[in-house]
Amino acid sequence: MHNKSLSELSASLHNGEFSSVELTQHYLDRINAHNETLNAFITVTDDSALKQAHVADQLLQQNKAGKLAGIPLAHKDIFCTQGVRTSCASKMLDNFIAPYNATVVEKINAAGMVTLGKTNMDEFAMGSSNETSFYGEVKNPWDTNRVPGGSSGGSAAAVAARLAPIATGTDTGGSIRQPASLCNLTGLKPTYGRISRYGMIAFASSLDQAGPMANSAEDAAMLLNEMAGFDDRDSTSVERDVPDYTETLNDSLDGLKIGLPKEYFGEGLDPDVAATIEAAVKMYESLGATIKEISLPNTGLAVPTYYVVAPAECSSNLSRMDGVRFGHRCDDPKDLLDLYQRSRGEGFGEEVKRRIMTGTYALSAGYYDAYYLKAQQCRRLISDDFQQAFNDVDVIMGPTAPTTAFNLGDKTDDPVAMYLADIYTISTNLAGLPGMSIPAGFVDGLPVGLQIIGNYFDEARLLNIAHRYQQATDWHQQTPAGFK
Amino acid sequence: MSLNKTDIEKIAHLARLAINEADIPDYARDLSNIFNLVEQMSAADTTDITPMAHPLDAHQRLRQDVITETDQRKLFQSIAPKTEAGVYLVPQVIE
Repeated sequence: MHNKSLSELSASLHNGEFSSVELTQHYLDRINAHNETLNAFITVTDDSALKQAHVADQLLQQNKAGKLAGIPLAHKDIFCTQGVRTSCASKMLDNFIAPYNATVVEKINAAGMVTLGKTNMDEFAMGSSNETSFYGEVKNPWDTNRVPGGSSGGSAAAVAARLAPIATGTDTGGSIRQPASLCNLTGLKPTYGRISRYGMIAFASSLDQAGPMANSAEDAAMLLNEMAGFDDRDSTSVERDVPDYTETLNDSLDGLKIGLPKEYFGEGLDPDVAATIEAAVKMYESLGATIKEISLPNTGLAVPTYYVVAPAECSSNLSRMDGVRFGHRCDDPKDLLDLYQRSRGEGFGEEVKRRIMTGTYALSAGYYDAYYLKAQQCRRLISDDFQQAFNDVDVIMGPTAPTTAFNLGDKTDDPVAMYLADIYTISTNLAGLPGMSIPAGFVDGLPVGLQIIGNYFDEARLLNIAHRYQQATDWHQQTPAGFK
Repeated sequence: MSLNKTDIEKIAHLARLAINEADIPDYARDLSNIFNLVEQMSAADTTDITPMAHPLDAHQRLRQDVITETDQRKLFQSIAPKTEAGVYLVPQVIE
């Protein structure tokens, strides 16, 4: 059951080969067997999952079920789920039972899908290794001594180990694509504004975007169909029709113009990862694409710019965690200031505190022009580079991450080294562009992800480009030993 | 850039974060390293570049000024650390 694609699962559920309750129980059993090793889930919602499955089975029997009805999935624990703890992997929200559903959750529930539980992540999505979680690190199913990537590391590990057929993630600087790369998944960060941010706990509001983490482009397209769309509860949601992302998956790649930014193949890129990416690009040539070297000259500004914009926005967003209306409150506060300071000091982990302080300093009196304003200007330069490139090419390809999965603990003592793990993914968030990571091969048994970046609202094209590659290769079908 | 103990204490106060005295040297080192990274921005000439606040340069959408939310005070206060008679309780502010 657990090696089937979403469309195969859908067919089996619709033709009665097995029920949603049976399928859901199968995944709950797998979670039960493997979660202790991987720590991919913070909360498993057994009871409500089986209830949802039962409802889906009734609809299936009455022929009233949609395509994804009865198929289980996991939500990153950043999405509010009504009546279920939504912790964002923080001690601050360890006791937070969300009083409402995120729009993404609402839409997925309406499609009849079954929520297996909430996946582990870096605390408040701040990290690239899933080691900043209050609930402990997540292990990479391909090598449990290594990180799964972050921040959507729990979703990545869960789908890679087949503890869920598909999962939601969020991506502020690479948090869908980098763990997808490290765990051999197909992950898509859509255009900023494509998916509603309502009920998705905010980290950096001008960068945050949700997306699917899947075993194939086809699966990702099916879930994106449900996730995407305008929402008047998100002030930056874009009013634009949602195409059927599965319809164009098989379009020809003849004449596709691929740009390879020379800045993505320079110093810092592991040579074996580089060779794997070059082989993937060669495959695209055989599928009808033409390749052109391009330049994104301001690539070097991306990480410095991001580490102003993201912390500045996080310092503002996280000010709502004050120990008054929800979340952690310290014992016996002596006055209001003490209540704020100790509740926040106790509730937030080290990386979150570092970023709040970085952002606070960058926004403090006298520094606004030097940091935030300068960063917003650099952001424009980075974005203009992409638009310049898209005059010549249809999509941009390169590595998702500079290396394969690194060892647990390798970078925890050096925040700046950790930040550089996102060197190839951050630019797309700053520009608001859609980006994907797809499995492209292995180095020493560890997955390598190919990144594909498109112009605004090119999600259908990206999925098409990924799908055609997956028709010609089987990297995406490899499963980690021990989780077969 | 090098941030010292006083800088860290000031930033922590502005951020309303209680931090351990013993951790201050680590924060000073880490934040200094982060701002050294950030200062690579200064290499870019941004004269006359319009700051980019929104990736699609969209404007804030307006809506009709009508009530759309229902009263959920009880539900929202059910997860609050401390409430009484429909209000959130904090330590006394005014003597």
